[in-house]
Amino acid sequence: MSTETTSGMAYWKANVRLISISLVIWAVCSYGFGIILRPALSGIKIGGTDLGFWFAQQGSMIVFLVLIFFYAYKMNQLDRQFDVHED
Amino acid sequence: MELQTLTFIVVGLTFALYIGIAIWARASTTGEFYAAGRGVHPVANGMATAADWMSAASFISMAGLIAFQGYDASLFLMGWTGGYVLLAMLLAPYLRKFGKFTVPEFIGDRYYSQTARIVAVICLIVASLTYVIGQMKGIGVAFSRFLEVDFATGLFTGMAIVFFYAVLGGMKGITYTQIAQYCVLIMAYTIPAIFISLQLTGNPIPQLGMFSSTVADGTPLLMKLDQTIVDLGFTQYTAQKTNTLNMVLYTFSLMIGTAGLPHVIIRFFTVPRVKDARSSAGWALVFISILYTTAPAVGSMAMLNLANTVQPGSVAAADGSLEYEARPQWFKNWEKTGLLKFEDKNSNGRVEYRGPKFAGTANELTVDRDIMVLANPEIAGLPNWVIALVAAGGLAAALSTAAGLLLAIASSISHDLLKGIFNPNITEKGELMAARVAMAGAIGVAGYFGLHPPGFAAQVVALAFGLAASSIFPALMMGIFNKRVNNVGAVTGMLVGLGSTLIYIFWFKGWFFVPGTAMAANTADNWFLGISPEAFGAVGAMLNFASAILVSKVTAEPPEHIQHMVEDIRTPRGAGAATDH
Repeated sequence: MSTETTSGMAYWKANVRLISISLVIWAVCSYGFGIILRPALSGIKIGGTDLGFWFAQQGSMIVFLVLIFFYAYKMNQLDRQFDVHED
Repeated sequence: MELQTLTFIVVGLTFALYIGIAIWARASTTGEFYAAGRGVHPVANGMATAADWMSAASFISMAGLIAFQGYDASLFLMGWTGGYVLLAMLLAPYLRKFGKFTVPEFIGDRYYSQTARIVAVICLIVASLTYVIGQMKGIGVAFSRFLEVDFATGLFTGMAIVFFYAVLGGMKGITYTQIAQYCVLIMAYTIPAIFISLQLTGNPIPQLGMFSSTVADGTPLLMKLDQTIVDLGFTQYTAQKTNTLNMVLYTFSLMIGTAGLPHVIIRFFTVPRVKDARSSAGWALVFISILYTTAPAVGSMAMLNLANTVQPGSVAAADGSLEYEARPQWFKNWEKTGLLKFEDKNSNGRVEYRGPKFAGTANELTVDRDIMVLANPEIAGLPNWVIALVAAGGLAAALSTAAGLLLAIASSISHDLLKGIFNPNITEKGELMAARVAMAGAIGVAGYFGLHPPGFAAQVVALAFGLAASSIFPALMMGIFNKRVNNVGAVTGMLVGLGSTLIYIFWFKGWFFVPGTAMAANTADNWFLGISPEAFGAVGAMLNFASAILVSKVTAEPPEHIQHMVEDIRTPRGAGAATDH
């Protein structure tokens, strides 16, 4: 069976947790605000249309960008914390 | 200067640049040919990935698609960008740590199965080849339209250029040319967009201009656009016209399809470290988003411009529509290409552009969606050099994507099939030679299909994304995140995902796209739960995940050394050492 160390398991758990949080935000901002929840947000107006339309055509992409860099930054921290970083 | 001469000069200069880079970046080892020696800076790789990813369709057709579909086309914007989040978190860093050269190689090793590797090679070749045919067509069209040369001549010129830098430089040559191509295509895309945004809204940033008020009368642009096209008999621009489930699944298919496309994944094998693979996905998305957030602005503004040009007055008034004799010069130019067609059905000498809410015979203007980008500089009255730049940009987009796809095909033939299966003892020199020959062969095949496009050319995007989404993405993700999935499970999963998706696509589009063999008309009423064939990849992927996990549960768990391998790719340390074996 697995000989994975406790620290290795903890590192992977922390990574999976971070991914889960990130992907929830990813889904809420694209599938949620951009598509499914758009009717619920239709009351919020922005630049001649509703917030859902903005999320679908601009906002979601900005959120994706922020998420990737946030994840990369947090992972660099985790890599050091669990002493699995490169160099 | 004459526009055509200027276009020749601009396109010629960009081609000279690509050839210069090719000579400078020759590959001398398989490591350089397959993965650019793993020495590409993450920002540079991000830029190359963006050019690799954004095809002729992204550059030429996407804004037009948005212009005519409005809100509904959002699924392309989200679908073709959201996949990078998945790449950054679920695939790229671990596959980089694995440190091999191709996607099928990972699948073959992780599932300790030649069968799995061969299934992956087949998916890869079918997905990439169908995709590359579209690029070849794009190259031919760009040449014939802007330089007024024969379609075949244009295609051969494009093939010769790709041949030069892809065969000589492999991934190394392709990477550095793609960086140059990105610069060309993004300038060509954004400059006209900035001017149009300035003219319509006074805001030089198209992304903001789209949500600003118009200079003409102060109404917000999107509100005005909704009003204008409703008057013309179309549905509101910002309204949702398709069913929600289909839109969600279609977006999801594009996202996981993006993350599973091999030519995108192998770009992340070129960076030095695991942490670079993570940030590089972010940089790729930065460079992609510059175009993808501009596209909806171009779409909406071009639509408004078009509507205002052909309908200067009220729809109800007899003299509200544009007088044909008084049409602007760009209108005349694009009539010649056939992308804009006017037929004076009621012989009143006026261009009446009408939507489906009017009687079927009311509309007199046929507009090809590609015109929204191609004619943009002329509609905005920009100087000729900008028009020449758009031609060079379209070519850069098509060439860069074609080269990336061809490399994915060539490396899976020389590395997975030849070295991996037929002749494991081949020397490094022999393999490098084989890779070059495979590349040349792939260019030849792609060129042949570009010249004689099979009838299904228009359907291929659905096929490529369907394959990547339903077979490759789940196999890769489970390979990393689920240690329990074994060889039998993975192969079953891939075949189930692939099979179900192919059958669903063929059911509505004809078996192997042969006309007349479809089992049911391709309409929303016939679709299962209203899911279109293009959106089915998401369902195929679910079936793949479910069957792989189920089958693995009832069969033997993977051997210990495979479980160790999975543990090893999950941590970054040692990526440098695991390189180039």
